[in-house]
Amino acid sequence: MEKINLEYFGEKFNQLQTIDPDNFLSAVRKEGFYNFNKKGLPTYKNEEWRYTSVSDLFKKEYRLTEDELKTEISKSQIDEMRLPGWENANELVFANGKYVPELSTIRSSKEELIILPLEEAANGVYKDLINEHLGKSALFINDAIHALNTSFIFGGVFIYAVKGQLIQNPIYLYHISDATENHILSQPRSLVFADKSSKLKLVETFKTIGTMDSFTNEVLEVVVNSNAILEYYKIQNDGTNGSHVGTTHIRQIGKSYAHTVVVTLDGGMIRNNTNIIMEAAGNEAHMYGLYLLNGNSHVDNHTLVDNRMPNCFSNELYKGVMDGRSTGVFSGKIFVRPDAQKTNAYQTNNNILLSENATVNTKPQLEIFADDVKCSHGCTVGRLDEEALFYLRARGISKELAQAMLLKAFAQNVIEQIKIEPLREYAEQMIAARLAD
Amino acid sequence: MLSIKNIHASVEGKEILRGINLDLQPGEVHAIMGPNGSGKSTLASVLAGREEYEVTQGSVDFLGKNILELSPEDRAREGLFLAFQYPVEIPGVSTTNFIKTALNEKRKYHGLPPLDAVSFMKLMKEKMNLVEIDKSLLTRSINEGFSGGEKKKNEIFQMAMLEPRLTILDETDSGLDIDALRIVANGVNKLRNENRAIIVITHYQRLLDYLQPDFVHVLLNGKIVKSGTKELALELEEKGYDFIKDQFSLSEAV
Repeated sequence: MEKINLEYFGEKFNQLQTIDPDNFLSAVRKEGFYNFNKKGLPTYKNEEWRYTSVSDLFKKEYRLTEDELKTEISKSQIDEMRLPGWENANELVFANGKYVPELSTIRSSKEELIILPLEEAANGVYKDLINEHLGKSALFINDAIHALNTSFIFGGVFIYAVKGQLIQNPIYLYHISDATENHILSQPRSLVFADKSSKLKLVETFKTIGTMDSFTNEVLEVVVNSNAILEYYKIQNDGTNGSHVGTTHIRQIGKSYAHTVVVTLDGGMIRNNTNIIMEAAGNEAHMYGLYLLNGNSHVDNHTLVDNRMPNCFSNELYKGVMDGRSTGVFSGKIFVRPDAQKTNAYQTNNNILLSENATVNTKPQLEIFADDVKCSHGCTVGRLDEEALFYLRARGISKELAQAMLLKAFAQNVIEQIKIEPLREYAEQMIAARLAD
Repeated sequence: MLSIKNIHASVEGKEILRGINLDLQPGEVHAIMGPNGSGKSTLASVLAGREEYEVTQGSVDFLGKNILELSPEDRAREGLFLAFQYPVEIPGVSTTNFIKTALNEKRKYHGLPPLDAVSFMKLMKEKMNLVEIDKSLLTRSINEGFSGGEKKKNEIFQMAMLEPRLTILDETDSGLDIDALRIVANGVNKLRNENRAIIVITHYQRLLDYLQPDFVHVLLNGKIVKSGTKELALELEEKGYDFIKDQFSLSEAV
């Protein structure tokens, strides 16, 4: 059996730190690497990683430094992963986790949207914002995987939605991993700041090229200021050699609105952490997820809503369909801190198992320390409704088509939460194609 | 057109139908009556192809085919239609899309091209008027939030759209008030013609007042114990099932 060797991370970390040892990013990395070593890889004994084993991913050695990650991504390779609606989008390309300005297209004006390489932003006018907000997610996700990303912060972007700007053009982040010759560890790390009364739409998608393994360990920190509106979409339809741990950490620091949709159609081992931190009173968040799994795919959706201030509202709806030998995990944590009176927090997770070999683990966790709150959670695991299936068949609709119609209907109230129309149509088509398999 | 011969069927090992024989000619309306648990709905389920019912003996010939060998969808495509006792609510699937899909699946089976949008809408409109169903119901998800009467009307509307050769109305009258019953029955009557046969499964006389069946059969303990004309239904209404039970147990004893 292959041994887990983490030594090379140390060498590569030291190499990276020599570049600019005194700047702010180095300090954040240093703390990250300290945590990485201290925590060690999570095992199933860690409650947060109980149903998802990441240690297997570390049995191979990855390329991960700047030199090692250099790759020539062609325009046509980008074209292949472009999402519908790109004509109106700000398209940011990340090759092996690193932002590539030459392949990216920014369509919004500088008066409404600023996009800068993270290093440049950390040394420029946005220095204070970055010092204040980059790395805060470590307080909430206290494990070695997150710390590993922090240890190697470089090559990300800083996205700033200017105060009062309702930015029409969404931002599409294309993450492409080139595993043609080597196993690749891509670790995108970016910071997004939606300033007061702005509106920002973010869309992320991932693709592995080549037949070696890719492991994307992403952390995206998003800060939402008062009266701002954030829409966040993650579309995952990578090959089975693409594994993924992605953390989207959203802090609503002023009374604001967040809307997230995570759609997973394919992939190897996937873990999505979607966190909402309610740092101001009166925040509102809506979180949706859909996972349609087949083969040996493993998808673990962890959500966190941390209510730290009063009068916040959150609603979560995650739905899954598991076929083949796939496994799904949903773990939804809701904290209501002592100050968070009048919290309204709701959570629903519905699952359909299509095969006897498919598994789902669903785990709501509510920890409530305030007394005047409304919280509810509910989860279901079942098979497809046999009565409904028979009803459709009794009208002459084939079993396969009837099944696809019912699953599409099941997915519908998540899919309709994608508010970018071409993207929603795309998701509908992908789902229809998957269900017709 | 339909010939049921000595059908025995069980569910979870329990025999419910114990030798049913029935013949239907095109244009005929047959009523099947009987007390609760006599096997009426089981017969409907066996004909429509519900998989939890196991046919242990007998055959069902429909238009020259042994339909017991066909999937539920193929039976429907061959022209069999079951109007459900409890139509299923299916959130997220629009009624119009569902009926269009069903119609085109049937057409495909018979080697016909799918109906174009204009022809389909024209057909919908025509049949909507025929069965007096409100257009707004058809834009909603299948039966979702429909009243009992609306669900049954929707069944008859589907029947009108799919134009089956054989329709089985499984307690279509249950849960209907007088007005809804009249509308549903009128819908069925308008769809009657010399090519179509109908089996009406019911507890009560009142639907039969509207439909005027050619034959009435009484089902008891999984067997047809008495057959007659529509006068038999009136007699049942007057005397209750006990008189048949008494007769039947007497003849069994002999």
